[in-house]
Amino acid sequence: MILETRAVTARYRGAERPALDRVSCAVAEAQLVAVVGPNGSGKTTLVRVITGLLASEQGAVLIQGRPVSEWRRSALARVLGVVSQREEVVFPLRVDETVMLGRYARLGALAAPSAGDRAAVQAALQRCDVAHLLDRSVDSLSGGEWQRVRIARALVGEPRALVLDEPTASLDVRHEMELFELIRQLVEGGLAGLVITHHLNLAARFADRMVLLNGGAVVAEGTPREVLQRETLSRVFEWPVAVTTWCDGSPQVVPLRPGESGP
Amino acid sequence: MRGVRGVLLLLAVLCSLILGLLAGAVPLSLGDVWEALRRPDAEAAVIVRQLRAPRVLLAFLVGGSLGVSGAALQAMIRNPLAEPYLLGLSGGAGLGAVVAIASRAAGPWAVPIAAFLGAVCAVSLVYRLSLVAGRRLDPRVLLLSGVVVGSFAGALMSAIIVLSSAAEVRNAFLWLLGGFGAASWQALGVFAAYAVLPLAAIGLNARGLDLIALGDEPAHHLGAEVERTRRLVYLCTALLTAASVATCGIIGFVGLVVPHAVRRIARPLHRSLLPLVFLSGGSFMVLSDVVSRTVVRPLELPVGVITALVGVPLFAILLRRTIA
Repeated sequence: MILETRAVTARYRGAERPALDRVSCAVAEAQLVAVVGPNGSGKTTLVRVITGLLASEQGAVLIQGRPVSEWRRSALARVLGVVSQREEVVFPLRVDETVMLGRYARLGALAAPSAGDRAAVQAALQRCDVAHLLDRSVDSLSGGEWQRVRIARALVGEPRALVLDEPTASLDVRHEMELFELIRQLVEGGLAGLVITHHLNLAARFADRMVLLNGGAVVAEGTPREVLQRETLSRVFEWPVAVTTWCDGSPQVVPLRPGESGP
Repeated sequence: MRGVRGVLLLLAVLCSLILGLLAGAVPLSLGDVWEALRRPDAEAAVIVRQLRAPRVLLAFLVGGSLGVSGAALQAMIRNPLAEPYLLGLSGGAGLGAVVAIASRAAGPWAVPIAAFLGAVCAVSLVYRLSLVAGRRLDPRVLLLSGVVVGSFAGALMSAIIVLSSAAEVRNAFLWLLGGFGAASWQALGVFAAYAVLPLAAIGLNARGLDLIALGDEPAHHLGAEVERTRRLVYLCTALLTAASVATCGIIGFVGLVVPHAVRRIARPLHRSLLPLVFLSGGSFMVLSDVVSRTVVRPLELPVGVITALVGVPLFAILLRRTIA
C-alpha cells in the first residue's frame, strides 16, 4: 500500500468531538479511491491527516508503510503530490515557474534548476495538457486551466501518490470530465490516487473503490456498487435518492423530488 | 535581456554611490572625489573618506537590509503591504533603543541588542493580536495590529524622551526621525556585523519563501518546513530592522517601495528577487539620503521624511488595489 490509515482518530484543537473517528482506508498503486460524504463529514480532515498537516490522536497513518510523522517534509513531498482545495494567488508567477515549485523538494537551497528539472516541468505540463500556457501568468488562467497547472505542479516531483481535494469544485461539465479523465489516466500509469469529491456519479464511474464518510466515521467502504446503496445514501445525505445503473455498469445516484419514488 | 537589465541595475547602483559621494553641504566634483579616494592628503579627503564614504555605504547596507526584510515579510504574510515599519518592528526596535539609551547602557553593541529585543517583542505582540479574531491569520488584521503596536511604541518613546533628563536622550529624538548624519566607519562595522548573518539566512531560504508565498498548505505539501522557516525569517527581519534602527533611526516604507518596484520589472521568485531588492534598496536609500541633505542645503531633512513622501502615496495605491 502507498497510503494507508488504520483506525485513525484526529481532533482539531479545542474541539469536543473528533473530526475523524477510527477511519481506515488504503490506496494501492494504480488504484483510484474516491472519498465522498456530506459537508463537514471529515473528507478534508482526512487529507490533512494523510499529508501530515494534522497529527492523529490514535491509530496510524502510513505512507509506503512508514508513519507519516517520521517523514521529513521534503522527503514526503517527493512521494505525495497534493492538490489542496483552495489556493489564492497573491504574487502571480508564470505557469512554468509555478510548476517548477513542485521540483523544490528535489533542489538544493541555492542550485539553479537543471536541464533535467526543466524537462520534468515540460513533461508534467504536457501530461496535463497545459504546455501551451507555459509563459502565461497564473492569474490570467481559467478555473480549469489553473487546476491542471496545479496538478502538473503536484506531478512534476514524480510522486508515487496523488491526493486531490475537490479538484473539480466550481468547474463546468467539460472541465470536470477532462479532469477526471486526466486523473484516471495518471492512475492507469501507476500512481496511487485519492480524490475527495462531491460528485458521487463521477466517483462511481472513475474510481476503483469508494469511502463514504459521515460525522468523521466510515459508513461504507468498497467498490462503487457496494458503497452507493440507496438506504445508506438517503440516511447519510439526509435526502431521499434513487440509485440506477449507467450503461457501463456503474451505479448512478439521482436525488429525488418530494413525491417521487424513483424508477 | 536579463543580462542587459542586470548591467543597467549595476550601473544605477554605481551612479547612486558616486552621487552620494558628490552631493552634500559642500558639493564636490568627480575630480575632487577621485583625488580624495586616491590620496589621503587631498583637499577633500576628510569629507570623502571620513564622512561621505561610510555614510553612503551605511545608507546602502541599511536600504538593502530594509528592502530584503520587506520582501521576506511580504512573502511570509502574503501581503504586498507588509514591511518592517508598518508591521511595528521598527517601532519596537526604536523603543528598545530608547530604553537602552535612557538607562545609559554602554557601548556600540548594547543599543542594537536592546533594539532587537524590542523588535522581537513587537513582532510577537503583533502576531498574537492578529490571531485574536480566530486561529486563522488575517493579513489585514496583522497590518492593523502592526500600525497599532507601532503607535504604542512611539507614544512610549516620546514619554521616555520627554521625562528623561539625560542629554543624549534629547538627541535621541532627532536620531529617531532617521538619518545617516552620525555615520562612521565604526557604525558601518557594527551594522554589517549584525546584518550579514540574517541576510544570508534569508537568502538561503529563498525557495522556502517562494513556497510560503503560495499559502501555508500548498507550501507544506510542496515540502517546505513552514513553521521553522517562518520563525527564522521573523527573527532575521527583526535583527535587520533592529540593526537599522539602532544605527540610523526609524526609516519607513523602504521595504514597501523597493520590492514593489522590483517585482514590476523582474520575476518574483525570491532567488533573483532578493538580490535585486538588496541592490535597489541600497540605491534607493543612498538617493533618498542625497535628496535629504541637498534639498534644503545647508540644513538636512531626516531621510525618513523622504522615504515616507515616496512610500505613503504608493501605500495608498497598493491598499486600494489589495482591498479591491
